[in-house]
Amino acid sequence: MNAISMTVNGRVRKAQVEPRLLLVHFLREQLLLTGTHVGCDTSQCGACTILVDGRSAKSCTLFAVQADGSAITTIEGLARNGELHPMQVGFWEEHGLQCGFCTPGMIMTAVNLLADNARPTEREIREGIAGNFCRCTGYQHIVNAIQHAANRIGSAAPGREK
Amino acid sequence: MAVSPVLPKLVGQRVKRREDPRLIQGRASYVDDVKIAGMQHLAFKRSDVAHGRIRSIDTSAAQAMDGVEAVFTGAQIAELVGPMSPGTPFPAPVHRAVAVDMVRFAGEPVAVVVASDRYVARDAADAIVVEYDVLPAVVDPERAMTGKPVAIYPEFPNNVAVENLPSGTGVSRDGKDVDDSAIDRAFAAADVVISQRMVNHRLVPNAIEPRGVVAHYEPGKGSMTIWSSTQNPHILRTVIAAANGLGQDQVRAIAPEVGGGFGAKINIYGEEFVAAAISKRLGIPVKWIEDRSEAFVATTHGRDLIGYVELAARRDGKVLGLRLRLIADVGAYNMMFTAGIPTLAALMANATYDIPAIRTRLTEVFTNKTPTDAYRGAGRPEASYFIERAMDMLARELKMDPAELRRKNFIAPTQFPYQTQMGAVYDSGDYEKALDAALDAADWKGLQAQRDAAKAEGRLVGLGLAMYVEVCGVGPSSTMATGGWEHAQVTIERDGRISATTGASPHGQGNETTFAQMLADQFGVPIDHITIHHGDTAIVKQGIGTFGSRSQAVGGTTLHLAGAKVKAKMARFAADLLEASEADLVFENGAIAVKGAPASAKAFADVAAFAYVPVPLPEGLEPGLSEEAFFEPTNNTYPFGCHISMLEIDRDTGEPKLLKLVAVDDAGNLINPLIVEGQIHGGLAQGIGQAMIEEAVYNESGQLVTGSFMDYALPRATDFPRFELHSTVTPTPVNPLGAKGVGEAGTLGSTPSVVSAAVDALSEFGVTHVDMMLRPEKLWRIIHGARR
Repeated sequence: MNAISMTVNGRVRKAQVEPRLLLVHFLREQLLLTGTHVGCDTSQCGACTILVDGRSAKSCTLFAVQADGSAITTIEGLARNGELHPMQVGFWEEHGLQCGFCTPGMIMTAVNLLADNARPTEREIREGIAGNFCRCTGYQHIVNAIQHAANRIGSAAPGREK
Repeated sequence: MAVSPVLPKLVGQRVKRREDPRLIQGRASYVDDVKIAGMQHLAFKRSDVAHGRIRSIDTSAAQAMDGVEAVFTGAQIAELVGPMSPGTPFPAPVHRAVAVDMVRFAGEPVAVVVASDRYVARDAADAIVVEYDVLPAVVDPERAMTGKPVAIYPEFPNNVAVENLPSGTGVSRDGKDVDDSAIDRAFAAADVVISQRMVNHRLVPNAIEPRGVVAHYEPGKGSMTIWSSTQNPHILRTVIAAANGLGQDQVRAIAPEVGGGFGAKINIYGEEFVAAAISKRLGIPVKWIEDRSEAFVATTHGRDLIGYVELAARRDGKVLGLRLRLIADVGAYNMMFTAGIPTLAALMANATYDIPAIRTRLTEVFTNKTPTDAYRGAGRPEASYFIERAMDMLARELKMDPAELRRKNFIAPTQFPYQTQMGAVYDSGDYEKALDAALDAADWKGLQAQRDAAKAEGRLVGLGLAMYVEVCGVGPSSTMATGGWEHAQVTIERDGRISATTGASPHGQGNETTFAQMLADQFGVPIDHITIHHGDTAIVKQGIGTFGSRSQAVGGTTLHLAGAKVKAKMARFAADLLEASEADLVFENGAIAVKGAPASAKAFADVAAFAYVPVPLPEGLEPGLSEEAFFEPTNNTYPFGCHISMLEIDRDTGEPKLLKLVAVDDAGNLINPLIVEGQIHGGLAQGIGQAMIEEAVYNESGQLVTGSFMDYALPRATDFPRFELHSTVTPTPVNPLGAKGVGEAGTLGSTPSVVSAAVDALSEFGVTHVDMMLRPEKLWRIIHGARR
């Protein structure tokens, strides 16, 4: 067993884990943060996407021990003080989800996408989420949701043009 | 007097979903999120050969591992639970939840481990050693029909599950008398006959949430609770109760949040039988969650139908007759609706056309592959593909515009209800209107000019157009072994809020929103005063489930009827309070008032409170406000539409790119156009996925070589252009909502329209048909004249 310590959604979490324990299982099974989902076993689907030190990462592709010392944000940590993140608002307003299973990972990827590129084109959005599968929506409303969030974030922070 | 804001009418509005706050915050509970103290985990050892006899199973190493509670072989599971029964009337082989002596597809379970932790369970399953006498794998369905390389079941000679079943013109209801004279005359009179073998290939449904089950038998109570990622918890309850010697009152089935289904979560699977049986045997809760690699082989596949299509027509384009020989590769076993799905392809052979003579013949064949069953569209996309591709070929042969050829053959609006040659009665339709709307929206002439200009530049650009009609709102009980009704209950609570239950158990369809929109309008109350309960048989008394695009047409109608019952009773209480006639009351803005006298209004909540403490009790009334309804539809509904595609193929690489997709869909009246658009988008993505990139491929030894997301091309956001959606509205007379259903529509027209666009793009090479999927290598070979 290995001792690990990481900050998850702003809280320091310490644990003893098996070296082979996947980060996603650590989050889901030990921290009970079940908003992060597992949709495949080959790192293709992106349902498990979280932010590790501010960058999107597929938490099924990391061992928990690899995240030792990191700051992690999961879908549960995105809303602040009861206020939805603009990306969550976008998904709600634009019907960017149906069954909701891919949604947490999709939202986390999209948050990272806008952090890198505040004003993405539709093509850039589609390329930016190509590592996340959705079987329900055909992606169009997801693209709309991300555009919605980009507009909202952009109008809230004028002068931060790319 | 109640003073309320004016509430807008919600039916028909783009109301954002009430499900979403939990889903966008990671606060929903899917089956893998269910945890029970003492719960153990299951892992299945699966066959790695497609066909073989189990010579030995050694579980000793697994049993010796720390944390392993028990290991069961197929023979031991067979002592706990009997074989699984299909839900169709066709003959079926014995199908055990865990194989006992023979394995018939790669991925079939052969043993199961119970362990304290999912990692340990998987380690133990891997430690089980199984030896097989490997038999030749039956892979090619047309070869299998000749008994080659072997017969999988002695009781099904030549691997034939359903033999040459005729239907259509001149076939008696029982299928025994077949008169071919009309169809023969049609072909004899034809100026042109189109003849083509087409393959509607096998797909893997791939809901992003894999399947999963938690079974919790409580010995002290003698009752079972089972959570499953299922489309139909009431059917699950029925099946699991019977399999475990329990009454239906002793089993509670719960579909928690369900992460997509697409037909593949209709079945009650072996893993559910096993989890329930082991929980009952050991008296502990157990969980099984499918891996994606398992899902590829252990969850039913879709499509896999070969069609030999012959279309007879006059030179002027009038279609005289259709022959459709169907050969279905159903895989190794008959699951719930396996044998029935290809019959739906035959049922819809008339498509949108007034074809006077049709003969279909259907053969279903067992192979050593994962069983097929419903997958979004389930038989209807196959029919639509065969007919629309053949119509496209006919148009090309006759040098007619594909739109004009369709127009010449449509069933006219005045012909509805229309009795097809296949026995269906189409409820309502206006196909020409949908076609014209699509031609207009896409600027068909303009697109043709663009295509011609692109071709003149040497680019390979093509256009495709496809009509569709599908059978939805399933269905009358005469067509379904489960019963085809739905159930709902509407309760006005004592505080005036509304609790409603529906048996239409959603998995992304948004029923909590659409159904609440309906009730909000029906009762004139705010939508946030309404809760829609679903997916739990302890709360929802009865139900069938969600499939066959039935949620709104059947489930929604049932809720509307239950609402009307309770509203009538509430009106009697209100009439008593207001000293008015029930007929004069209006329910609006959170109050009940005498029509034309808003000052008379009683708050909705006050009338509700009175109904629960009715002093004095109005004569002839029982206290309380809770009513239920069953609704049995008299017919299916038949939504329709037209999908137009523009596609370009790279001359150098053969890579196809979809440039444009315009869809006109007519689903009757719409409750929530936003949700309808989402449903159509998703269907289009799956239909285009089939046409362009998705394919389940087996090798000659029966191994699924596209068994992971690294090998099976699930569509990504980059695979699609922005879809352009339009609608026409032709209500159905089958239900009072006029709603037809829309969940599967997108898969119907998109697939043939995309393939027809590819054929059009390749027309300079003399190509008249290309089988899906549009693999670049295949297209490159056509372009460069290379032989296979």
